Amino acid sequence: MPFKQEEIESLLPLPSATFHILMALADEDRHGYAIIQDIASRTDGTLQMSAGTLYRSIQRMQEQGLIIETRERPAPEDDDERRRYYRITAFGLAVAKAEAGRLTQMVKLARARGIAPERT
Amino acid sequence: MRLYKAFLHLYPASFRKEYEEELVHIFRERRTQAYNPFSIAYLWLSGFVDVVVNAAYAHCEILRQDLRYTARTLRRAPAFALTAIVITGLGIGANTAAFSITDRVLLRPLPFPNSDRLVQLWQRNPAYARFELSPPNFYDWRRLSASFEAMSAYATAALNFVGEGDPQRIEGTEVTPAFFKTLDVQPLLGRTFTEQDGMDGAAGTVVLSYEMWQTVFGGRHDVLGNTIRLDNSSYTVIGVMPADFFFPARGGQLWKPLVLGDPPKEARDNCYLNGIGKLKAGVSIEKARAELTVIADRLAREYPKENEKITARVDPLDARLPDQTRMLLWASLGASFCVLLIACTNLANLLLAKAMARRKELAVRAAIGAGRERLIRQLLTESVALAVAGGLAGILIAMAVLPVLSAIITTRLPLTDATVLDLRVLAFTGLVTLATGFVFGILPAWRACSGVNMDGLREGSWSGIGGRRERLRSMLVIAEISLSIVLLVTAGLLSRALWRVQSIDPGFRPDSVLTIQISLPAYQYRYALVSTRTAFYAEIQAKVRALPGVVNAALISSLPMTQGGGIWPVDTGAQSNANGSRGDSKSVGMRVITPAYFGTMGIPVLAGRDISQSDTQDAPPVAVVSESFVQKYWPNQNPLGRKFHFAFSNFPFAEQDRIVVGVVGDVRFRGLERQSEPQVYLAEKQLPDRQMMFYAPRELVIRTAVDSSGLIAPIRHIIQEADPELPISRIRMMKDVVDVQTAPRSAQIALVTAFAVLSLLLAGIGVHGLLSFTVGQRLPEFGLRIALGAQSREILSMILREGIVLASGGALCGLLLAYYAGNAMRTLLAGVSPIDPATLGGSVIAVLGMTLSGSLLPAIRAIRTDPIKAMRVD
Repeated sequence: MPFKQEEIESLLPLPSATFHILMALADEDRHGYAIIQDIASRTDGTLQMSAGTLYRSIQRMQEQGLIIETRERPAPEDDDERRRYYRITAFGLAVAKAEAGRLTQMVKLARARGIAPERT
Repeated sequence: MRLYKAFLHLYPASFRKEYEEELVHIFRERRTQAYNPFSIAYLWLSGFVDVVVNAAYAHCEILRQDLRYTARTLRRAPAFALTAIVITGLGIGANTAAFSITDRVLLRPLPFPNSDRLVQLWQRNPAYARFELSPPNFYDWRRLSASFEAMSAYATAALNFVGEGDPQRIEGTEVTPAFFKTLDVQPLLGRTFTEQDGMDGAAGTVVLSYEMWQTVFGGRHDVLGNTIRLDNSSYTVIGVMPADFFFPARGGQLWKPLVLGDPPKEARDNCYLNGIGKLKAGVSIEKARAELTVIADRLAREYPKENEKITARVDPLDARLPDQTRMLLWASLGASFCVLLIACTNLANLLLAKAMARRKELAVRAAIGAGRERLIRQLLTESVALAVAGGLAGILIAMAVLPVLSAIITTRLPLTDATVLDLRVLAFTGLVTLATGFVFGILPAWRACSGVNMDGLREGSWSGIGGRRERLRSMLVIAEISLSIVLLVTAGLLSRALWRVQSIDPGFRPDSVLTIQISLPAYQYRYALVSTRTAFYAEIQAKVRALPGVVNAALISSLPMTQGGGIWPVDTGAQSNANGSRGDSKSVGMRVITPAYFGTMGIPVLAGRDISQSDTQDAPPVAVVSESFVQKYWPNQNPLGRKFHFAFSNFPFAEQDRIVVGVVGDVRFRGLERQSEPQVYLAEKQLPDRQMMFYAPRELVIRTAVDSSGLIAPIRHIIQEADPELPISRIRMMKDVVDVQTAPRSAQIALVTAFAVLSLLLAGIGVHGLLSFTVGQRLPEFGLRIALGAQSREILSMILREGIVLASGGALCGLLLAYYAGNAMRTLLAGVSPIDPATLGGSVIAVLGMTLSGSLLPAIRAIRTDPIKAMRVD
């Protein structure tokens, strides 16, 4: 689905909490606590997102159309009935990619200046 | 978990509703993984911090959204926004200005440390609630009392100051050495007085006011030790007071020691000292009062002749403002508050109308998931934003009117300028603004959001019409009308009172009388002799009379209605009537005049003769008395040829018998609204040499037949010719002296009237707004009626009837409130009844007129309804 470039760029740079949540949802739908755990495991426990930050971000991301709450449930053995599951939207994916591209560009610039290690 | 849930209440309700379960779930998961007490404590602490921080963010987020939304909404309706801001601005501006003045004058403590312990001391007797102290009585009160940390006395003095240029007349204050210690104020430069400075024979010293230091010495720091000449004596400058020290009054240029003597030599019944005291810490004013009363009783027994029936009065120092001025200030604050209420009611009505018109939009927002709390919050943000904009406008308005207002307030107060809006006043304005936004926003918001549901979405629903909402708005308009009636009646009553006061006969004809003060230096030897003075007066009088356009000229010791006359006790012989016993009301206002004074001032001579040139020191002492003197002391008797003397002891001049040679009309010398004592006039030529210089005539009064402004220069020339060293001051028209009496009244009336007109206008806007709105909502109905054959007249009367019902309801409540308001300010009304029919009737007519004109436009719009168009709207 094509999105207007300005629409995407108006959201950049993304707050780091938003970027992490998008990454957590990139491969599968998750509920809130699962998002926190995923972020913690991907960052080797250095980033422990608080519940307040998570849900404030989720609220804003829903308003921005980056994620939606999904009614589809995972396999019954994994499903916690009471939990609310979130899914990344196509727009959210496009924004996440744009942010990743932006960061890559920044790293490239840093390398050119010799303040970031070369790719190994 | 219950505690954590309680924390969650810090979040906005909408957020909590959405995510509470999730948040609790995560907290619970983490709790199951925390095993030791430390990690449990950490979990709670971090959980709490997380809630606080994120709740604050969430609130800010919502506020930002609401503000953005508000800005959009208001941009779409600029007329509404502007009306609301102007209305609120007027209300808040009026209040800020009125509060700023009232705060300075009435609420704020005097600018001295521990000012709650400062008191003013007076003598009182059955006839006078308070009067000044005599030096011996002050000396004894101070000596015998134990309640005071310090006690001191002062008297204002007019002094001839000879600087570099022309001689000047300046105001100074003579103070006992403890004066500055009593007030606990420090000089800006140098020192204040010590006990030595106040001793008999001490070298003259002065402390300068900041103003005099700046104007005369150019603010030079080496001013200390300089000498200045006052009344022909030298004084060394020992100190300078700070710029914000004004006591006892603004305009005082310097302070010099009052030498009383130890003990004082003056007569015990020569009362001219103002007493102030500072209570010891922990001593109540009642205790001090009781102690001084005991002391005064003891003195009354020891000195029965002078001190009979004299007791002590102790007032807090800040009560020095006359009751009437206080009352007027409260009245203006009340009036401004009424204006604010009316403005706010208008705002509430506007918001209500707007909210009702937006019910569809609100219903849509509710339908897509906004909770009621969220909608109310949105509407409140709008009303507070409007109020804040109004508040800013109000501050600008207040800044513009404050200089005008503070000019009204008497300057004879020991206060700094009230023309600056300081933090305290701005805080008040801020509070009023927020309260306005919240209190008057919450009702419309609540009303608009109650029962927001799919009804609002129905096609053609006549939003906000009929039933409770209409009634609420009508009641708000009725409240506005009532309040504006209260203000109109107040303004009307005060104006009637002013007219009544202005029509009081002062006892003389002030028109075309010019007055000039010539101060004869008390310490100059030649003017201490009556013969020198008489020659001087005669020369001036003759030359002035010869000027073209001058009808007559004379001199008197002090003008009526100005301070500086003397109140002297008299003994009129055994035949005095029952209520004229000693120490009672047997006092007279004593003034000294040259011949022709009565003719010049237009005071009628009722019997006998004027003071004449032949009433000299060698002739028998004579006096002219006023009509009330005769009525009070010698009723139904012929006063001519009778004798009386002043009841002073050890004062030969006063104890001489005086023959009454004439009776003149009474003069209100204490002011238009005050009862004056009977008057006695003595002949200038019969004053003793080298004594009573204070009573030597110094006010030249000139009756003119032409515009007197052209006469000032030649008269000045005449005086300078007679004595080039004499300062001339206070050139005034007698008419202005009388007008000063009613100046505070006139100014306050202007203020209250301005408020009343403003309120009437606002009420008119309110009526117009309400009727326009209902007419707009009912256009289809009118269209239908017209289509069915209704006449314009019927539609017109329908709308006007609605207006009249509102006006009558408001008028009824308003009259009731006005009656209470009128009763509360009875002291200001100079005898005008609070139910003065003309005032009440006039106010009601004004309100009816305003209502009708407010209803006219909506009514015309209703008549002009095109039935086809109107019915097609829905």
